[in-house]
Parts: sequence; structure tokens; C-alpha cells
Amino acid sequence: MTEAYIYDAVRTPRGKGRKDGALHEVTSVRLSANVLDALKDRNGLDGHAVEDVIWGNVTQVKEQGGCLARTAVLASDLDESIPGLAINRFCASGMEAVNLAANQVKGGAGDAYIAGGVEMMGRVAMGSDGAAIAVDPSVAMSTYFVPQGISADIIATEYGFSREQADALAVESQRRAKAAWDDNRFAKSVISVTDQNGLTILDNDEYMRPQTNMQSLGGLKASFAEMGQVMPGFDKIALMKYPHLEGINHIHHAGNSSGIVDGSAGVLIGNKEFGIKYGLKPRARIRQTCKIGTDPTIMLTGPVPATQKILADSGMSISDIDLFEVNEAFASVVLRFQQAFDVDPALVNVNGGSIAMGHPLGATGAIIIGTLLDELERSDKEVGLATLCIASGMGAATIIERV
Amino acid sequence: MSDFNLSVDADGVGIITWDTIGKSMNVMSEQAFSDLNDIVDKVLADDAIKGAIVTSGKAGSFAGGMDLNVIAKMRDGAGDNPAKGLFDGVMNMHGILRKIERAGMDPKTNKGGKPIACVLPGTALGIGLELPLSCHRIFAADNPKAKIGLPEIMVGIFPGAGGTTRLTRKMGAMAASPFLLQGKMVDPKKAKAAGIIDEVCEDPMADAKAWVLSEPNIVKPWDAKGYKMPGGEPYHPAGFMTFVGASAMVNGNTWGVYPAAKALLSAVYEGAMVPFDTAIKIEARWFTNVLMNPSSSAMIRSLFINKEALEKGANRPDVPDQRVKKVGVLGAGMMGAGIALVSAKAGMDVVLIDQNQEAADRGKAYSETFMDKGIKRRKATAEQKDALLAKINATTDLAALSDVDLIIEAVFEDPGVKAEMTKKVEAIIPEDAIFASNTSTLPITGLAEASVRKDQFIGIHFFSPVEKMALVEIIKGKETGPRAVAKALDYVRQIKKTPIVVNDERFFYANRCIIPYINEGVKMAGEGVAPQLLDHAAQLLGFPVGPIQLVDETSLDLGAKIAKATMAAMGNAYPKSVADDVTFWMVEEGRFGRKANAGFFDYDENGKRLGYWKGFADKFPQLDEQPDVTEVQHRLIFAQVLEAVRALEADVLEDIREGDVGAILGWGFMPWSGGPFSWLDIVGAPWAAEKCDELQAKFGDHFACPPLLREMAEKNQTFYGRFDKSAKAA
Repeated sequence: MTEAYIYDAVRTPRGKGRKDGALHEVTSVRLSANVLDALKDRNGLDGHAVEDVIWGNVTQVKEQGGCLARTAVLASDLDESIPGLAINRFCASGMEAVNLAANQVKGGAGDAYIAGGVEMMGRVAMGSDGAAIAVDPSVAMSTYFVPQGISADIIATEYGFSREQADALAVESQRRAKAAWDDNRFAKSVISVTDQNGLTILDNDEYMRPQTNMQSLGGLKASFAEMGQVMPGFDKIALMKYPHLEGINHIHHAGNSSGIVDGSAGVLIGNKEFGIKYGLKPRARIRQTCKIGTDPTIMLTGPVPATQKILADSGMSISDIDLFEVNEAFASVVLRFQQAFDVDPALVNVNGGSIAMGHPLGATGAIIIGTLLDELERSDKEVGLATLCIASGMGAATIIERV
Repeated sequence: MSDFNLSVDADGVGIITWDTIGKSMNVMSEQAFSDLNDIVDKVLADDAIKGAIVTSGKAGSFAGGMDLNVIAKMRDGAGDNPAKGLFDGVMNMHGILRKIERAGMDPKTNKGGKPIACVLPGTALGIGLELPLSCHRIFAADNPKAKIGLPEIMVGIFPGAGGTTRLTRKMGAMAASPFLLQGKMVDPKKAKAAGIIDEVCEDPMADAKAWVLSEPNIVKPWDAKGYKMPGGEPYHPAGFMTFVGASAMVNGNTWGVYPAAKALLSAVYEGAMVPFDTAIKIEARWFTNVLMNPSSSAMIRSLFINKEALEKGANRPDVPDQRVKKVGVLGAGMMGAGIALVSAKAGMDVVLIDQNQEAADRGKAYSETFMDKGIKRRKATAEQKDALLAKINATTDLAALSDVDLIIEAVFEDPGVKAEMTKKVEAIIPEDAIFASNTSTLPITGLAEASVRKDQFIGIHFFSPVEKMALVEIIKGKETGPRAVAKALDYVRQIKKTPIVVNDERFFYANRCIIPYINEGVKMAGEGVAPQLLDHAAQLLGFPVGPIQLVDETSLDLGAKIAKATMAAMGNAYPKSVADDVTFWMVEEGRFGRKANAGFFDYDENGKRLGYWKGFADKFPQLDEQPDVTEVQHRLIFAQVLEAVRALEADVLEDIREGDVGAILGWGFMPWSGGPFSWLDIVGAPWAAEKCDELQAKFGDHFACPPLLREMAEKNQTFYGRFDKSAKAA
């Protein structure tokens, strides 16, 4: 069968997703085009070099609506013969873009793709696209809908994670991210965001708080206790679905949950012939991809069944994996992953994650694949697995292997 | 003769008067709706009529709503395809109300049409408000006693004649929710402030007439261009939060068991995003869905039709009026004090007896505290309190009982003590007085042994707290006569509670079913099922409290006492149970329940529940693999319903209506199901019998299928098909 290789992976630095964030002035289209142009320039792509641009994005309204992928292609220096496909699998949209592209290549539908995503969370608010699962009573009630923060707290309660464990994971994420930046470990993939005059707007992940420690996190109030216990009382819904629990232990807060940021990332994927044509050296092959549905109430446990499935599908075992990227949507998601597979925390999110650097929803899946590849190369390891939890109860995973 | 009549006054205003024949308050029927339709057609067609006023021929009220008997039987009467029959019927109703609302206006330009006002002399509930809401302006008399609202949700349905759609569009989803989801009823002034009605006036007919003749704008906001729903439609940022929160609150507050609340919310949501005529079609589909749900008709049948029938004396023997003038209450403890209170509240003279004056006074003080609370909440006045207290004579002097016509004995649960009191008191009270014992555990026939007038001896079993619990269980001993039964029923009617009349067997009816419920829960706790799973499993069925919380409330030492007494009475036949091991051990540990601030729960010093006591698992370790919640639920339900069936087999229950109503009011048995017999009818006897066999094989003989249920399963019968007394009477 045809192999799908990663030839390049780039990402923008992540800006605070607020009015005073550095990337707040940049449109979703321009940030996307920045990434597409970087991939074009770095790899000497010309004409109809890739079959499609598959672009993940969660909140597809306003400037992120109207098939942003195609608009981004037209706003970039890529040839107009390259179309664009906007996709949404919530937090795994960027990963799904990569996986779709890889499988298209494997199946012979074109030689190469650009896959990635963008989310300008400060410009297009999360949830502003509506969601029947939350708003439509017949669906919300029959699925026992609760917001994600409650789900993360259900995981903590169900699997016995304490606030201290979650905070410790957050502190470690910050420490590792700082160390990675200090060590220039993101240099291969992070591009500067520049304006139309070539002036730099942002060249580093500005969301990070390296000074974070257990004391500073200890002072933060649990973010979801109020909506859980008082108005409108989501804990009750959680207990209806998980009646063996006595109550929900609210341990998550802004400091041990992923940050709201702006950012974009892209991955260049192609078959062997594509690399030969453009004189590019494949960095890794995309060995296996997977997605799965899970209980929508606890919602964020997807990385565990997704990993089980991808390992089974690829005939591998957990010990075959050298490094892991498990998206730090909430601390309990990563804690649950480590607990389920009994993996060494030192091998998970080696250079920090979304708690420290932020989680631009539609882009993160592509970001962590790039981060994983960079680290496999740096530490000279072979096989890496990236996985994310996904809203409405889904999980996705990708296994890459250096070549 | 029709329930609706039209007259036209000199100024050309049509007066449409609703006057249901043979009722003191208007109720809607299919025929009445059809008559209304003809009248509306006449009003719109006759050029001499300038507009109309819909009002009531009853003084002080507009209408009480739909006839619940009609709703309960709607599904059965809807033909071979009941869903279609119901939907078409509801749409027909919408068509008539919409005709009033559009009143002949041009559909495109909104030009033309005749103003139709509605005048409410007083109470307007259910369809009695939905009809006014379809009119162009509502004028209410300034009648503070009038209740205005849409209480449908309380009978297991929702406002399905446009009330849901119109109120939401008028007020917004958030503002309408207390009226739609909780059935809140308010007086006219508050209804005006809330925006439900338009005017409260001295002379509503005059004002309405002036308005009709003023060539007013009659276009409803939702039919006008540019209409925006107050508070925002569901995907407006404000509306978004309302709807996300509403689903969680409705689902959470009801533990998801009431189909009507869910359907209502969906009708509101889906209707909010489309034009009005589409919205009422959506409302009609959800309303049909609720009417098709067997829960709705079961709830209406038990909670309204049959409850009312029992209150009105459905099973009262045919003897003359036995209303109580003066009641003697023996024992001023918690039960006696409560009985004195409700009796005095109902206007009876009360003699409250205890062994010493201090205890008697303490019993009376209970009423004082109760009235003080009422005054604080502005539900009572100081005068009412004085009048009530003046009715209670707290004394140690048995001679004060010489002119009572009813005795309610509520002394210590000891046959010896009770026998002694019976003898002493019977020597003093008039010969024709009825003697009732408020025992909860001792057989009445046994207690009657001490009586010289056994036919005048009866059980009146109250539930605690007396002033709150709606059910009273009347127990006939072997020799209890019809006059004693009538006396007890008339008394219960005076204190405005709901009676059931049962025959005498251990634990009568309610406790006979509650005890196995608690025991099954305690047993499972002993087997290692997590206590929170037990309580949640019950709450997810619609029980107000789970078995573990309930046993803490009723106390474990009482449980131990009952178990020991039952053991003594049954001897070798008593089945050994883990439940007893648990109960006896808890009592040894001093964990009696709430009253000891220690039970299955830990409590703080104020008696507030803190959480389940972790020490329990040290003695009875929790299973690593917890059972499925459905299995726990089946054990909890069947423990009760099989006992109800056995009570029917044993003739403790003479009427399944009493079994159903008593279960819901007595211990909160899954109200959505209509009671244990209604529940069995919903799931079907064949399924229930099969489940019994499964449970028996797995968990023991107490789940053995009662012969009656087995027979009914084989014949595929329903309880209401076979035993419904109201059906036979009719």
C-alpha cells in the first residue's frame, strides 16, 4: 500500500485569545494563509502541488465560516487550482485533517495534501456557532449533556484524581514548556506571524506562565463548582448518568485547564513520489489513524479507547510507543490516560502542552503531531502517538513513525 | 342548549358567554369547543357585529380548565390510529383558537379583522387561560381570590392548546418558565404585572366593550413584522444560556422521569425558531406525544380522578353524616400533637390528653409554633392563631372526653398501654362515640379486644408529619362496623386529606410496602452495593428519597424493633436477611439515623446531612464491580409492587385505586407511574412475571411471582381492566 509521509510541519506561536492578545489583530484567514505560505516557501511548492487543503476549525461562523479552507488558499500564495475543505471534529479537527489527508494519500487520491487548522478564539468566541446537543432540550436531556468542565470533573471523580494531582500536572506542563522554549526545541516548526509589511507580530507562545507553582494554583477557585452545584445544577445530570458517584469533585480551574488562545498549524503530507518530485526528505510515516465515539456525558475519556483501538488496529502494544502527546484539554484527561496505560509521565507531553501554551481548538491536533515529530527527532526516538479528547464524546489518535 | 351562547348588544358587540351546563365552574369539552367555533364563525361573518367579548356566565370565575376525565380517556377514544386521532383533534382545537386570534385579518397585510376581547370575572386555568390568550386583549376583574395560570404540568401534561407557544412568545422562555414548568398560579394583579393578562379593572365588561369599539390594533406581536422573542430565541446569546440551563434544571429537578416537562421544553425550543403557525403544529406533535405516553393518563387517573373520588367517599358505607364535632386525642406526642393541630384547623373542638399537664401543653404548643410560622409567612393571622388554639383543650383530665364523638388514640406503641387506655376512655366517652387507634404496626383486631364496642373500634393511621402528609390509612378490624368507617372517612374529609380504607393485616398497606423497600435497600448495602447508587437508583425512578436516606429518617432502631417483633410473630417462617444483620449492627454501633446524628449518613451538629458514613464499608465492604443501576431499580420496585399485589390478594386492599393513590401519597411511589398497579399495567403483567422469576432466581424467594400476577400474566390481563371499581360502577 502507498505510504503517507510527513514532509513538514509548521505552526504559529499561540497568542492569548483575548482582546489584548498579540494575534487579536490578525484575521483567521490571514493567520491561516501565513501557515500555508510558510509551507509553500519552505518546501518549494508550485502550481497544483497538493491535491487539497484540509483545514480544521471548530467555530465555523463569521470570518471562520464560509469554508475558511478555500478562502485561506485564495488569500495565500498557493495556486488557485488547489481547493479547500473545512472540517470540524471539535478539538481534534486539526488531527482529523491530517488523518484524512494521510488516508487519502494511502488510498491513492492524490500525491500530497496540506492538512491543519486554525482557531482564533479571541475573535470568534467558542460556542458562538451554537450546538444542538447543548441547546435542544430533547437532545440535551437524552444525552445528559453537561459542559466540558463538568465532564473533566466527572473524570477526576470517577477515576480518583485530586486537585493536587491536577495542579502538579499543570505546574509540570508550564515547567516543560518553558524548558522547551529555553532550549529552542520548537524552532523547527514555529514560524513568526508577520504583517503585510513583513513586521513581526508574534514569535513566541505568549500564554505561558512559567512562574506557576502549587501555591499560586492553590488559590484559584474551581471553575465549574457553581454551575455544577447551584445554577443550573449540572452535577445532578452527571449523577443521573453516573449514579454510583456520591457527588462531583470539582478540581479544575483556569490554571489546570487548557488556555484560550489564537493559533494555526499545518502539516505537509505526501507519498514517496511527491517527495522525489520536490526533492523533499520524508520525516515520518503516518502509520495508523483512528477515531471513536464515547459516552457524551463524561465526554473527554476518548484518548483511552482511541489509543486502545489504534494499537489494536496497528497490531502494536503500548510499549511500542516511545513518546506520547495527549492534549491537555484538562489535567484529568492526561491523568486518566497515564492511569489507564500506566505510562511513564516523563514520556507524555515532553515539552509541555495546552495547559501551558494554550489550545487553539481547530489547530491543536495538527500542532501536537508536529511537536511529537520534532521531539522524536530531537531525542532520536522512533514511534510516537498523539491523541485528543473531543467534545460530545469522541476521541482521535495518530501514530507516526520516523523513517 | 349549549355551553357557549352569543348575544349581540345595541352597539354591535357580540357577547360570547361560556356557561357550562350543570357545573359551578366552566370546564371545556369537545362539544363546547365545537359550539364556540360556530359562534366565532357567526361573529366574523355578521357585518352587524363589530367585535366580541368572550366571558363567563359563572360568577367569580372564567373557567377551571379541561375536563380531566376527557383528557384521561382521549387516547382510548382516538380511534385505530390514536396518535393521528389525537394530533388531528389538537390541531382542530388550534384552528378554532387561531381563528379567534386572526379574527378575519388578511394573512398578508394584517388588515381587517374584528377585535375579540376576553373578560375574566375570576379564576382562569388551563384551557380557561389558553382561550383568553388567543383573544386580543384580556380584561380581568380585580378579584384577589382568582387564580390565573396554566397548571397542566401538575397533572402530567402541558398546556397543549397554544398556551405553551403563546405564553412563550408573549413573555419569553425564561419569564414563562415558572408558569409553564411549575404551573405557577397568580392573582389578576400579579398576572398583569407578569404580562399574562392586559388589564385589571373595576368593571371589566365596560372596559372591554369600550376597547372593542375603539378600533384597536389587534395584530398579535408574533404575527407582526419584525417580531423578536423576548429574552432571545434559542441561538441568540441570551436565549442560548436560558435553554442550556433549562434542560439541565428540568431534567435534574425531576430526575428525568416526567415526560411532560421534557416535551414542553422541546415544544418551546423548536417552536421558538419558526413562525407561529408552524410552532403550534410542533406544540401539537409534542402534546400528542405526551398524551400517547401511558404515564400521563396514569398520573391523571390516580392523582386527580381517583384521588378526588376517594376524597369524596367512593368507598364510604351508606350511613348518615358522621362529621366530627369534638375529637379526643389521646397522647400529645409528635403524632397526637399533629392530629390535634389538623383537627382544630378543620374547626373541630379538640381535647388533647396526656399523662401530665406539661406533656399535654407541649403537644398544644406544637400548634402554636405551626401558626407562628404561618403568621411569619403571612399565611395566617394572629386572630386565626388565637381561634385555633382556643379549640384545643390540653389536659390530663379524662373527664373532658365525656362529650367527644371521636377518639384518636396516639399513645405509646404497646398493646398493654393501649388496652388500658381503651378501657378507661370507653368508660367515659358517649356510647355512640367511635374509638380510633393511630397505630402504625399493631393489628387493629387485636387492639379491639380491649374494646367493649368492637364495631365502633377502627384504625386511623396518620403519616408523619401529620400536617404535611396527605394520606390517611383507615383500617377495618374484623368487627369494625360501617358507621365507624363512615366516621373515619368523614373525619378525613374534614381535615382535607385523602383516605384509603384497608383491611387489617400486619402493617396494613403502606408500611407493608415501605418496609420491604427499605429492607431491600439495606440488604443491598449489606451486599456491598454503594449507598449512593441505592439512593440515586430510587431517585432516578422518581422516589422522593432513596431507601438509605429513608431508613435514616425513619430510624434504624425502629427497623430493628419491627424486625424483632416480626421475627417473634412469624417464628421459623421468618426469612433470614442480610438486611437484619445490617440493621442490628448499625443499632449496636449507635447509628440509629438522623435522630442520633449518625446513621448511614454523617450529620453535623445541626442535623444536616454531610455524606455517607465511610465506616459502613469497613464492616460491609463495597463490591469492586457495582451492579447495573437497572438491576438495583428492579429490586427496589419489585420489593414494593409485589407486596402491593399480595395486599390485593390478601384482601387488605379492596380497591386498586386505593393501592395506587395510597402509594403515591403515602410514600411517594413513582408518581409518574400512577402507582404500583398502574405501573404493572404499563410494563404489562407478562413482563413483570418474567422479571419476578429472574429476580427470584438471583436474589431470593421474596421476589416469587404472586399467584394473582402469574394468572394475570398468563391471561395477559391488566389490573385496571380486571379490578377497576370506577369502571364497574360506570
